[in-house]
Amino acid sequence: MKEYRTISKIAGPLVFVEKTEPIAYGELVNIILADGTTKRGQVLDTSDELVVVQIFETTAGIGRDSGVRFTGETIKMPVGRDMLGRILSGGGKPIDGGPEIVPEKRLDINGAAINPYARGMPADFIQTGISTIDGTNTLVRGQKLPIFSGAGLPHNKLALQIARQAKVPGSTENFAVVFAAMGITKEEANYFMQDFERTGALERAVVFLNLADDPAVERIITPRLALTTAEYLAFELGMHVLVILTDMTNYCEALRQIGAAREEVPGRRGYPGYMYTDLANLYERAGMIKGQKGSVTQIPILTMPGDDITHPIADLTGYITEGQIVVNRDLHRKGIYPPINVLPSLSRLMNLGIGKGKTREDHKKVSDQMYAGYAEGNDLRGLVAIVGKDALSERDRLLLEFADLFENKFVRQGYDEDRTIDDTLNLAWELLSTLPVEQLTRIDRELIHKYHPKFRTGAKKE
Amino acid sequence: MEVTTKHAKEQKQGVLKRIAGPVVTAVNLDAHMYDVVKVGKEELMGEVIKIQGDSVIIQVYEDTSGIRPGEPVSNTGLSLAVELGPGLLTSIYDGIQRPLEVLVDKMGNFIQRGVTAPGLSHEKKWTFKPLVKTGDKVEPGAILGEVQETNIVHKVMLPPNVKAGAVKTIKSGDYTIDEIICVLEDGREYPMIQRWPVRVPRPVKEKMNPTIPLITGQRILDGLFPIAKGGTAAIPGPFGSGKTVTQQQLAKWSDAEIVVYIGCGERGNEMTEVLTEFPHLEDPKSGKPLMERTVLIANTSNMPVAAREASVYTGITIAEYFRDMGYDVSLMADSTSRWAEAMREISSRLEEMPGEEGYPAYLAARLSEFYERAGLVKTLNGARGSVSVIGAVSPPGGDFSEPVTQNTLRIVKVFWALDAKLSQRRHFPAINWLNSYSLYLEALHDYYDKEVSPEWNTIRSWAMEILQKEAELQEIVQLVGSDALPESEQVTIEVARMIREIFLQQNAYDAVDTFCDMKKQYAMMKAIKTYAELSYSAQLVGVSPAQINAVKAKNELAQIKFIKDYVPELAKIMKQMDDEFNTLRSAA
Repeated sequence: MKEYRTISKIAGPLVFVEKTEPIAYGELVNIILADGTTKRGQVLDTSDELVVVQIFETTAGIGRDSGVRFTGETIKMPVGRDMLGRILSGGGKPIDGGPEIVPEKRLDINGAAINPYARGMPADFIQTGISTIDGTNTLVRGQKLPIFSGAGLPHNKLALQIARQAKVPGSTENFAVVFAAMGITKEEANYFMQDFERTGALERAVVFLNLADDPAVERIITPRLALTTAEYLAFELGMHVLVILTDMTNYCEALRQIGAAREEVPGRRGYPGYMYTDLANLYERAGMIKGQKGSVTQIPILTMPGDDITHPIADLTGYITEGQIVVNRDLHRKGIYPPINVLPSLSRLMNLGIGKGKTREDHKKVSDQMYAGYAEGNDLRGLVAIVGKDALSERDRLLLEFADLFENKFVRQGYDEDRTIDDTLNLAWELLSTLPVEQLTRIDRELIHKYHPKFRTGAKKE
Repeated sequence: MEVTTKHAKEQKQGVLKRIAGPVVTAVNLDAHMYDVVKVGKEELMGEVIKIQGDSVIIQVYEDTSGIRPGEPVSNTGLSLAVELGPGLLTSIYDGIQRPLEVLVDKMGNFIQRGVTAPGLSHEKKWTFKPLVKTGDKVEPGAILGEVQETNIVHKVMLPPNVKAGAVKTIKSGDYTIDEIICVLEDGREYPMIQRWPVRVPRPVKEKMNPTIPLITGQRILDGLFPIAKGGTAAIPGPFGSGKTVTQQQLAKWSDAEIVVYIGCGERGNEMTEVLTEFPHLEDPKSGKPLMERTVLIANTSNMPVAAREASVYTGITIAEYFRDMGYDVSLMADSTSRWAEAMREISSRLEEMPGEEGYPAYLAARLSEFYERAGLVKTLNGARGSVSVIGAVSPPGGDFSEPVTQNTLRIVKVFWALDAKLSQRRHFPAINWLNSYSLYLEALHDYYDKEVSPEWNTIRSWAMEILQKEAELQEIVQLVGSDALPESEQVTIEVARMIREIFLQQNAYDAVDTFCDMKKQYAMMKAIKTYAELSYSAQLVGVSPAQINAVKAKNELAQIKFIKDYVPELAKIMKQMDDEFNTLRSAA
């Protein structure tokens, strides 16, 4: 392989190489340093005179005397079934002291778009054991449902609980977790690893770790490696794969960093104009394929800078993903775990995964009623602050109490508490029974007679 | 996708010089703007978007990884065009009219590059029934005959850009779209297929002012903010506010004869939902599956960005083609913001001087060119046809002051403002009744007078007035509570609540409520108004607001929207309401 020594400029993560033979766009590049170490990069722009290479690691040590080798192929990653149970770096190298991955296949990490015509319709309910998700913002297989959080909130704990408890009730199919960490601290990484080991989840997981002190640019490829692995497990081996990506905010920061280094025209808040497309290329890799067994379900986690849901990272994510679970600081301060605020949360695919034969016939209407009650009760809190509790009507007072109950009983649950969907819905009925029956306008009478505790005297059976 | 046959001679090959993502540069290529070129050894499809000295800059519709400088580039000499003819309906295309179903057969479940497929089947035979005879004079755009395509009759036309002539022979029977079905006396031969460059609007005889509403079956749209057939509307809203559901409701229930739905840079699973659902839904008019009148274009967010840019043009050209047959076509573009972002992305790769928020300076011009292709027209063959365009806009952070929303609002006549607050309360459709507007009210006045009720226009203004009044009163209520309001205004608050919850809220997932015709809309609003009048008059004779609120018939009114044969039930409720008020009044 030919080695060039024609580096003309190094700026940030970019290396400019002159006078090369024709180099392919997207080609993988090795840079050889004077001490023999190798750094990897990828071609971003290629022409007769100049090739721009983006290095995945730090450019420390690269000089005009470094050698450049073009490998002649785009980035492919080796994948195989023995990846399960392994811990890899953000660049895909084993870091658990184990052997190299035995490649069964080498796949392009950028993946390819699923033909919309070939997509299968997501319809399988995933029980996470968390009431605010299962009950009111249901996750289904093949969905991408992000967690919008803020700095210092327990989103990682929540993600772990989901990863541990997620199952399709009554199904014994193969499933796996692919976990990609981008720019998280060593401490957080340890927390994840310990929990994986404690619960035995590691056996059926593949872990990619790009830590806070790893090169930012490596973060660009970490989620791509993770998703390529997930697609392999799902569509080649027929597994149901849950992908957790944390923290997408760090990923977007890396994207901005590279954009700035390339002197691109920035979009909103300095993030590149193509960030929507770039994020879509990751998130859209969730889904199912008609006639195939496996599925890829994604839970990306992001911390909204300043808890601002209109920040470009949260905003663009929300436009691509099928809903969002919003973790809320006020609930967290009240000591409620998991502090999920259901009001701004949403699962767009919920209706596909619930109802008779999937969860329960009363699910949708109970969920709507819980929402309506909590929203109204929550609004009344503002009014109480002005006029006092005594000025409220009986109806309003009950709603106010309902909002408190909702937070303390329905939202609050233990870290190891795994509620079945029946538990969740029965709990919801218990709370709804504190309101007058006439006020349950979103549930039809038939269902009220069947499920309302007042009418189910004695008979506790479903 | 095929290309127009205008100067298709083999041209000399150019050479690739630079590749930077979807934008590549070639040299030594004879090219004109917007020519379609084949890039690299794999012959990826691209389009010329800039010419600078010897360099030709090309946007490529497929992924360019692995392409090297020095690879060949050839010019087809043709511009980007769509195939038009029988077979369009029920199809699902990507942004450059490649049928996705065929692509699955050709390259599997994932979109690979370098594969082409024609937009229409060239093998399938259609039964052609001529409508002209030998000796007839035919003008450009004239209808030569027809094909029963689905339950829709496909009119086969002379292309609009040819000279008039006289028919020498016209055939009848089963033909493929390529077989000649008509020969003119000067020897020109025409098959059923025609091709049209997507960036050029198809000509019409005359553009007219719209006077008929596009009935959508959605109460807040038809009732308060109607769009006319041939009109333009924008639906901006933050994520999660229900843009896509609204667009899909329009695609399902609007009384257009043909629907073109463009999923432009949106979610793959949503397109799957449309694909799975539409074949099972019935057109309320014809009773046939909705899919039979639909053309879908799906260029999801992770498909190539240049094809996303082209997708809206592909869609509107197909819409115009059906309009030329004399049909009312409605086109939904979800979302025009993704289209604008595709423009921005290409523009920034071209290193053009950016305008506002990095969007190219020609953003406003492109948007207005696109919306101007809508309209109610007299076609070249004298028929009346229309294209109504409804564009979703996805403003970052729900901020309507951003360039795409602002430039769109300058052009469109109807604005349906989605509101995240409403959707959080599960008030759907989450269209804000105070911010939205329609500039067609006057133009449609006569239609409502004649077709719905002479009272309708008054009732509509009355409802808007109540809603506006409620907004003002709510500010006071927030501070002092509703008991502090004068009694008549407490009635107003209650009436406004009924308009909101009974009339404006509509359940897209309920089998009956998902579509509500104008007669029912009128009946519902009229019932609410009757309640209001009864309440005000009861209040005047001294009945207290609490007593008025306790009227039971009022609560029953909400059930009307879920009942298909609502007339007897409504009459019963109104009778009961009358009785209850009579009792109240006589007791007072």
